[in-house]
Amino acid sequence: MTDFSRSTRSLTRPSPEIGADLTSTKTMAVLVEYGFTGLVWTFAIASATTLFWIGWIVFKDARPAIGEFGWQFFSSQQWNVPEDLYGALPYIYGTLVSSGVAILLAFPLGLAVAIVTSEDFLPLWVRSPISFMVELIASIPSVIVGLWGVFVLIPMMLPLQQWLYDNFSWFPLFKTEPFGASMLVAGVLLAVMILPTVAAISREVLLAVPRDLRSASMSLGATRWETIWRILLPTASSGIVGAVILALGRALGETMAVTMVIGNSTQISTSLLDAGYTIPAVLANEFAEAITDLHIGALMYLALILFAITLVVNAIAVLLVQLIGGRRLKH
Amino acid sequence: MTNREFLDETLEIKLEQPLPPFRTAFTWGMTVIAFALTGLAILPLLAILFEILRQGITHLTWETLVSLPAPVGMEDMPNGFANAIVGTLTMVGLATLLSVPFGIITGVFLSEFAKGSPFPTIIRFIIKILSSVPSVIVGVFAFGVLVLTTKQFSALAGGFALSVIMLPIVSLTTEEALKLVPKSYRLASAGLGGGRFQTTFRIVIPAALPAITTGVLLAVARAAGETAPLMFTALFSQFWQEGLFSPTPSMPVLIYTYASSPFKEQNELAWTAALVLICMVLMSNILSRLATNRRLTSR
Repeated sequence: MTDFSRSTRSLTRPSPEIGADLTSTKTMAVLVEYGFTGLVWTFAIASATTLFWIGWIVFKDARPAIGEFGWQFFSSQQWNVPEDLYGALPYIYGTLVSSGVAILLAFPLGLAVAIVTSEDFLPLWVRSPISFMVELIASIPSVIVGLWGVFVLIPMMLPLQQWLYDNFSWFPLFKTEPFGASMLVAGVLLAVMILPTVAAISREVLLAVPRDLRSASMSLGATRWETIWRILLPTASSGIVGAVILALGRALGETMAVTMVIGNSTQISTSLLDAGYTIPAVLANEFAEAITDLHIGALMYLALILFAITLVVNAIAVLLVQLIGGRRLKH
Repeated sequence: MTNREFLDETLEIKLEQPLPPFRTAFTWGMTVIAFALTGLAILPLLAILFEILRQGITHLTWETLVSLPAPVGMEDMPNGFANAIVGTLTMVGLATLLSVPFGIITGVFLSEFAKGSPFPTIIRFIIKILSSVPSVIVGVFAFGVLVLTTKQFSALAGGFALSVIMLPIVSLTTEEALKLVPKSYRLASAGLGGGRFQTTFRIVIPAALPAITTGVLLAVARAAGETAPLMFTALFSQFWQEGLFSPTPSMPVLIYTYASSPFKEQNELAWTAALVLICMVLMSNILSRLATNRRLTSR
């Protein structure tokens, strides 16, 4: 008996032979531990703060213009650098319209890609290269897409635009004579650039629809497309809406490609064949040459408007997509 | 009518009858439409790549890669964009140095720390929003922070802007990478007496290192192709850069400037530069995607 208790005690107590106290809390390791935890928190919070820092800097430098023009900035159409008179309406209009055209074009295409690559129409070795290639478009630098837009897409689309004008000039959207660069070309180019976003996220959402739903529909005698239209798409709809909104956020802020093909003219025209201007485009064109405080301020004000719009749009999209992800985990 | 008779009557419907013509037409029609639209979606990628290859390859020589841009009209001088290549490498390198430590540690925070509290969720949300801030806004921000205060367009400002673009990409891909490390590794490390610091740096990060590297590569590829944040932070120049505190040329800005130039030889050089840039970007992109073989969220 005594032998046992002695041996147990020698196990629980640090013995001189081991030479280390396992219960000690006063070592370097603990200091490193606290330091490390603090460091990680600091870095993480610093990274997140960047977003607010961006907002603050843009707001701070926009203040001269905010003080000068106030809410009138949104409704004024003037943009006169020599006289320091600025208004944002043409830019806001152009940004919204070109993005709208892009979404209208990219949505059906992206959804088609998502359906083709998530269904088993094709063997896997054909499907995955297709989705890979569509997603690769997202990695092409936008200035290169713009280069292609200037030298290939504009000449290619001129006959189409001319045809639209010749046959549909009674329709307000096509009432002006095209000359190359236009809102329509910008919309098409933007559609190409946001297509991967729509396609990739819609595809993931469609793949996340529980198999039971599909099986149930099929076993009731629905064909594949009836299942897609009546079961898969309604189930995945909120995720697809999220994908489209995320793509809208991309389109609103896209700069280089749009700047190169939209024609950069501050008119507001209902015709898509007319040239236009967007907020990112005017920032890209004028920022480096802006000298007066008010000019820089007006550009910063424009940037602030764009920042606010994209912030809201992206927050909604991220929340929608996250909601889907959360629900998928619960299933 | 008894129950039995009713059943017999209903069973007389032919269950194996073919689909009505409308439903057959709908099935085939939708299939054709979906495939046509998918084909249409791939077309631009092929068209862009083909055009860059066709237009760019004709002027791609060793000289374009190692010489400075020739003044317009000088036919006999070697014409190239070596300064832009150096400028892009400098600024992307600077941005990597700035963003990788912050990005990786933020990723560590998102995946390892404060489990169960709302902080990681909030910070992840903010980082996701940060990753979708338009790049032109990031340029405006860098202009406000570094150009307005130092009164100088510089490589530093350009690198800073690019680092803000890279930061969320590195953070989010690092988090994804760390999440793939099995929990048992962490438990084993903790069981052997490893603290958080030791577990993170000796076990979790080494295990996730390949995936983290591909995330960094993706971010580098993205930053190398960004134009808007550089146009009014680093500006452009026709000469070699003079240190980090002067205007610095870069490939994307060079392509933009030359594409909108009225001179034909500059337009041609824009295509060649586009070919070189897209090779750099697509190579790192495809490599990193093949390496992980799984789609990392890149925006």
